[in-house]
Amino acid sequence: MNIIVCIKQVPDTNEVKIDRETNTLIRKGVPSIINPFDENAIEAALQLKEQYGGKVTVVSMGPPQVETALKDAIALGVDEVVLVTDRVFAGADTWATSYTLSKAIDKLGAFDLIICGKQAIDGDTAQVGPGIAEFLKLPIVTYVRKVVEQKDGSLIMEKEFEDGYEVMKTPLPAVITVTKEINVPRLPSLKGKMKAKTIQVPTWSAADIGADPESAGLKGSPTKVMKIFNPPVRTDREKLEGEAVLIATTLVARLKERKVI
Amino acid sequence: MGKGNISAYKGIWIFGEQRGGVVQEVVYELLGEAGRLAQKRPNEISVVLIGGEGLQKAAQELIAYGAEKVYLVEDSRLAEFNSDPYADIMTELIDQYKPEIVLTGATTIGRTLIPRVAIRVYSGLTADCTSLDIDTEKGLLLQTRPAFGGNIMATIICPDFRPQMATVRHKVMKPAVKDASRKGQIIKITPKAIRLRTEILKVVHEMQNQVNLGDADIIVSGGRGIGAAENFKLIHDLASALGGAAVGASRATVDAGWIPHYHQVGQTGKTVCPKLYVACGISGQIQHLAGMQGSEVIVAINKDPDAPVFDIATYGVVGDLFEVIPQMIKELKNK
Repeated sequence: MNIIVCIKQVPDTNEVKIDRETNTLIRKGVPSIINPFDENAIEAALQLKEQYGGKVTVVSMGPPQVETALKDAIALGVDEVVLVTDRVFAGADTWATSYTLSKAIDKLGAFDLIICGKQAIDGDTAQVGPGIAEFLKLPIVTYVRKVVEQKDGSLIMEKEFEDGYEVMKTPLPAVITVTKEINVPRLPSLKGKMKAKTIQVPTWSAADIGADPESAGLKGSPTKVMKIFNPPVRTDREKLEGEAVLIATTLVARLKERKVI
Repeated sequence: MGKGNISAYKGIWIFGEQRGGVVQEVVYELLGEAGRLAQKRPNEISVVLIGGEGLQKAAQELIAYGAEKVYLVEDSRLAEFNSDPYADIMTELIDQYKPEIVLTGATTIGRTLIPRVAIRVYSGLTADCTSLDIDTEKGLLLQTRPAFGGNIMATIICPDFRPQMATVRHKVMKPAVKDASRKGQIIKITPKAIRLRTEILKVVHEMQNQVNLGDADIIVSGGRGIGAAENFKLIHDLASALGGAAVGASRATVDAGWIPHYHQVGQTGKTVCPKLYVACGISGQIQHLAGMQGSEVIVAINKDPDAPVFDIATYGVVGDLFEVIPQMIKELKNK
């Protein structure tokens, strides 16, 4: 089973602190990590390879420093990685990102399955997985929490929805996006770490993958960021302290006044 | 499609998400929001309703809630959501009727379907919006959403492509009000072809009301501060006293195995927007706050007066949850 995993390098939003004086983000010293859901995607691919044989290739679009994320993927045991990087890709929204990744996947050649994390923790859009499927005209199953089996050229899996799950069957090749329930990502092995140290991460430019610069990056992106601002601070905050009985009566009264109970 | 003569695009469209023939709440919220946008800048409001046979009554109901047109696509093969045929039909309809704005609930269905449509029609899509507005002059939809784990807000526009598409978070917008005297048109559509590649072998509804966090008006959540798995009983008791509220949990408690993962609220769990969120023994890591800070009223109960959760709590209770919660239950039962 030849599997392609798409990953994104993101700032670790758990490490972001807010400066309460200025109400702004403190970005300094925030480490870059592989998007957590993409770690689940890598793990799902490695497990499928262990079960059915084949190859796992990880692809990522981003600036040159994304090389470190791809080396981390090598350390986890994937077979090949490729970094899709070019100045014309900068400022891409989900449309242009899906376009660029699909062009890179075209160049990678034949495959059975593409796996993405359900969303990235910086943008939280969940749009690139379905976007890639659309460009490549492939079926997609989102929010996969379990792969049941591969059988007769199809994949059977469980897909989460709001109050339960569906068992879905899709013909391969296909795209799936995975949730964190699907597995617990492994740690890098010593052998993997050694390999990561020595490997040269191949890079592909827009010309290499035949991407039209008019459709990539900021130019190809239909959406534009008009403004960025800090979330409004609640101005109606009240602190309740003292005797538990008194706190409880005050609190219940407040909640009734506000008609939330 | 996409770029070009953008003035040819007219009207606000809503994807009429249904499950088992029942139109979902978020659709009524989108009708309410579309009504507000149309008040600022007059525009026709339509709903696209795709599903199995027997949706005529549901279509009529949508008119009572403010839809001027309902594009109705009924076929037994479309009863359950399937992203291939649904995306084909939405794309065909958008190509033919050229709406200016397309709104969809940011549900698992909406977030699977509409990104595909946005690629095919080559237009912009903004995910999981929590506020919409319209520029009355150019008709630009101002789409505001949290990013970076809810630490910043961004307003996104789609100036040169049409339609302007957005998914909108459930429970944020006020639902439309029903008026049975409203008149509207139901337009029956027969799709060109129904392409079925993925197959749904089984649908399992496994969660009780106590866990359906997305739909809950009140959520009581427990964090590491409750100390042990068995103390979730206290959280359940408070939820019951609040009239059967849903029970949520922080990542720490899920990772510790105190409660199943589908209770988890936060960036790697569920994003929720209830009227009332009660955080018990939750310190307020950014990843948790990202999932609940949109709640209308937040109560935080924590011993540590410096816990970050107090920065976003409407009512910050500095105290021992094992003393405060039993008193709250008593007080609630007294009413």
